[in-house]
Amino acid sequence: MARLAAGTDGSPDIERLGEDGLLVRLGTAIDPRINARVHAFARQLAASRPDWVRDIVPAYASLAVFVEPGKPPHACDLLDAAIDWIRAQPADVMADTAISGVVEIPVRYGGEHGPDLAAVAAHAGLHPADVISRHAAVDYTVAMLGFAPGFPYLLGLDTSLAMQRLQTPRLRVPAGSVGIGGAQTGIYPRSGPGGWRIIGRTETVLFDPRRSQPSLLSPGDRVRFVPVAGP
Amino acid sequence: MTIRVLAPGALSTVQNGGREGYRHLGVGSTGALDAYSHTVANLLVGNRRDAAALEITLAGPRLRFERAARIALCGADIDAHCDGRAIPAWRPVSIPAGATLALGACRRGARVYLAIAGGIAVPTVLGSSSTDLRGGFGGVEGRALVAGDALHVATDGEIPVEALQVARWWIDPSPDIAFDTPTIVRVLPGRDTVAPAGALFDPEWRVAVASDRQGVRLEGEMLRPVDPDERISEPVSPGTLQLPPDGQPIVLLADAQTHGGYPRIGHVIRADWPRLGQLRPGDRLRFEPCDRAQALDAWRDRCHRLARIELAISARLQSA
Repeated sequence: MARLAAGTDGSPDIERLGEDGLLVRLGTAIDPRINARVHAFARQLAASRPDWVRDIVPAYASLAVFVEPGKPPHACDLLDAAIDWIRAQPADVMADTAISGVVEIPVRYGGEHGPDLAAVAAHAGLHPADVISRHAAVDYTVAMLGFAPGFPYLLGLDTSLAMQRLQTPRLRVPAGSVGIGGAQTGIYPRSGPGGWRIIGRTETVLFDPRRSQPSLLSPGDRVRFVPVAGP
Repeated sequence: MTIRVLAPGALSTVQNGGREGYRHLGVGSTGALDAYSHTVANLLVGNRRDAAALEITLAGPRLRFERAARIALCGADIDAHCDGRAIPAWRPVSIPAGATLALGACRRGARVYLAIAGGIAVPTVLGSSSTDLRGGFGGVEGRALVAGDALHVATDGEIPVEALQVARWWIDPSPDIAFDTPTIVRVLPGRDTVAPAGALFDPEWRVAVASDRQGVRLEGEMLRPVDPDERISEPVSPGTLQLPPDGQPIVLLADAQTHGGYPRIGHVIRADWPRLGQLRPGDRLRFEPCDRAQALDAWRDRCHRLARIELAISARLQSA
């Protein structure tokens, strides 16, 4: 059974992020098992979330809890209350065994959609078609959303496809670009600067603030890429 | 009522109190960097504290008011003229229909807030009217103003203004906005420390040109974290003091990313964020260590000062 506790006294390792944030650390590595515990713990917290909690923000091996900034005369008491709330959680958190649905994302690989596909293939010693099939063969997990609204950091990349980011980031990566950055893969929701190796592009809209669910993906979701043909 | 943007200024964006509750989707806080000046400007024109106002950076826009309006300018010292007549800051000003408001360069400080009675009417996106430049939404189409834009103001009717009227009273923003040299901000401890221990607090830091709404980038003696090991990305907060490998610290501001992988060597307290928002390239900055009790006192004092200002303004506006 996985232990939530990371502190030396068996209690969770909690760090204050200034006056209205707490960082709860479950590990220090990018590891799918630790990340699964982060999402399970985030769900557990959400189930008993007090109304003064503003946000629960998962990351690879940690999560942050942000509280409303205090209003006098009770300013700052909320962080102490948040620490009590977190410490009152059961110490052992199991990753959910129930697999939620998989979000399928159609991708056009290579060519103008994936200008770095050939470089990734050469680096891996593979044919570009093998890069595509290996990239599309895995169910990924959304480790966290960051960098930009709706940008998913996906865990599960075939290790043979890992490749360092570009030395000099591109000034403009088109919206929907699917990239490889180190041992991870991800999708740029919006055009902008970026340093990941771009191997394809999707027309799926990752983030639209006007939707009731603005982000297509939530932390902890499962994702699969589906190659599509055509220009 | 419509305000026509004749010239946009260096970086003018619509901001309110910020957008909270979406950091788990990678959406940053945004909102006025100097929330103190933003709040006072709104109070001076009878708006709610967190109404949408214009945040003006270093060099201001030129705006034509189609109808009469009551406005207030708070924050940095800026050259402001209405149809050629200089107008002062930190007080209500009524300007007649057809007037052109020309905002020049900031003399001291970096950001001015222009509040307009009724507030700037933009769609609420994810609970806020603030511009998210990284996400490209909120405010005016998710971007800074450009020439030709029209800003709409929610007014209840005509304000009878024949000629420029400047209130004879004003708000003194000190000590919250003081433009001291060097600017001093107080810092709570972070997870990481630097060696030697005084290396963060002893020297003066210089604000780098690359500073923006995401962060104040600093230049000075290279800092070294006690533990330089690489680490994975973890959530960060506005106010977080990050130390990248080049040893030059960055104070994260409202538009910063939600996650970061650099050592966190401190957190600037909330009461001092407005001072961070007023730093301009070349300004000098010093950090002072503080503890939670001092941070709490500073925040309570700030809240009390704003409450007194709100009462004073409301008494003045009612007697006017």
